[in-house]
Amino acid sequence: MKLKVTNVSKSFGDQAVLRQVNLELEKVHTLALIGPSGGGKSTLLRIIAGLEKPDEGQISLNDKGIIFREKELMAHRRSIGTVFQAYNLFPHLTALQNITLPLEKVHHYEAAEARQLASEILERFQLSEHSHKSPAQLSGGQRQRVAIARAVSIKPKLLLFDEPTSALDPEMTAEVLQLIEELREEGRDLMIVTHQMGFAHRIADQIALLSGGRIAELGPPSQVLDEPRSEVTRQFLAKILKY
Amino acid sequence: MTGDKWIKWVWVSADERTKPRPPGVLIFNWLLAFLLLALLCFFSFSQLRYNWNWDTVGGYSNFFWRGWLNTLRISSLALVLSTVIGLLAALARRSGLLVLTAISRLYVELVRGTPLLVQISFAFYVVADAFHFQNRFAVGLFTLSLFSGAFISEIIRGGIESVGGSQLESARAIGLTRLQTYRYVIFPQAIRVILPALAGMFANLIKDSSLLSVISIEEFTWNAQQVSALTYSNFECYIPLAIGYLVLTLPITLWTQWLEKRTRYET
Repeated sequence: MKLKVTNVSKSFGDQAVLRQVNLELEKVHTLALIGPSGGGKSTLLRIIAGLEKPDEGQISLNDKGIIFREKELMAHRRSIGTVFQAYNLFPHLTALQNITLPLEKVHHYEAAEARQLASEILERFQLSEHSHKSPAQLSGGQRQRVAIARAVSIKPKLLLFDEPTSALDPEMTAEVLQLIEELREEGRDLMIVTHQMGFAHRIADQIALLSGGRIAELGPPSQVLDEPRSEVTRQFLAKILKY
Repeated sequence: MTGDKWIKWVWVSADERTKPRPPGVLIFNWLLAFLLLALLCFFSFSQLRYNWNWDTVGGYSNFFWRGWLNTLRISSLALVLSTVIGLLAALARRSGLLVLTAISRLYVELVRGTPLLVQISFAFYVVADAFHFQNRFAVGLFTLSLFSGAFISEIIRGGIESVGGSQLESARAIGLTRLQTYRYVIFPQAIRVILPALAGMFANLIKDSSLLSVISIEEFTWNAQQVSALTYSNFECYIPLAIGYLVLTLPITLWTQWLEKRTRYET
């Protein structure tokens, strides 16, 4: 993907969450956003997902500017797969129906075609035996994998993950991270907000550290995590690595 | 039989309340309940000095039939109309248009806070009269529907608001339109919360239709009152009246219980 963020600011009430953020990336497959809570990383991801509008600034994705008007944003969201921290799935639908719903109603697949595609993806993600279970009958890790399957099924141009493992225990975290790594190896473009530094190191081409609504440091993992240049990054890493 | 075994026929301890009861125990306790009720009725009526006059009242059975069918007709129409009104009022309340929100609130508070009897009289003798509209049935139907619609709109709004924000966010993220979000995400989840309250409301609506007798709509209660006046009898008219309403309200309760089971899913 090619991503250009120009002077993006966003406030909620009188709380400034992003302050004049600038970011320019050419040919990056995996971007990880890290940093302290409240630093603005989730907000930046949500703006790129088309779920929030910035107060000012522009964003272009693959040389196409995102137009922050409801009609255009809807089309934008439909071309992107977003996975949240938890509670992604619709509890009244089965795993399979959760995937076919957007395929049929948003992307105009025939019912049989949508079922076929959803089944294939569930099989590839080793979730076939759970197709007809409701989310309540699945473990947290399985639920997240179904949510990822739903995001992938629409053939998105970009996959966004907003702390996809923060609500999971370590074992389930591992199964979800492994799946994300597999998607990366397929060559998909993805962007992830995460607190898993080891994982960010493994999969990211570029890591951006957001703190206080600004990008404190941007670079490959070997720089940001191993030899940070910014004082903010050093303090952040020292804090989280202490325990 | 030991005392311990005997107690199982009438009592379930707290930790066993989720288990299904044996059919024999169920039937026994239902019969017991009916027996207690029958005893109360038998005692009360045995104390009453009253000359039962079933034969004379029986001669007017066509009055009861006609009235019952009219009540069935007006209630079924009002049931549909009030649901539509309730839904529209709930959506108006949630719409971004402030004047719609205000109208919806004004409607709900005024209608819920005043007696149906007053509303019916006002609608027929003041509003309908002003427009030279003389169709009692239509005025009655519309007033009853507006009355129930106010309660139903609050029930529906509660159901809609019970669906979590994360669900709406998911719907937005996958690109559903607002209408699709209501159709595929909000309503299927809200209906579980709405149904039980709605059943109670529908039963109320059927009984409330009896008040339409004040503007001489020839429904069930009006006809029973006519027979009562013609035959100088009271209970011979009121007992069939009670049973006639029960025949209408009971299936609704059972139907919603069945629907509730069907729409149930774990959360």
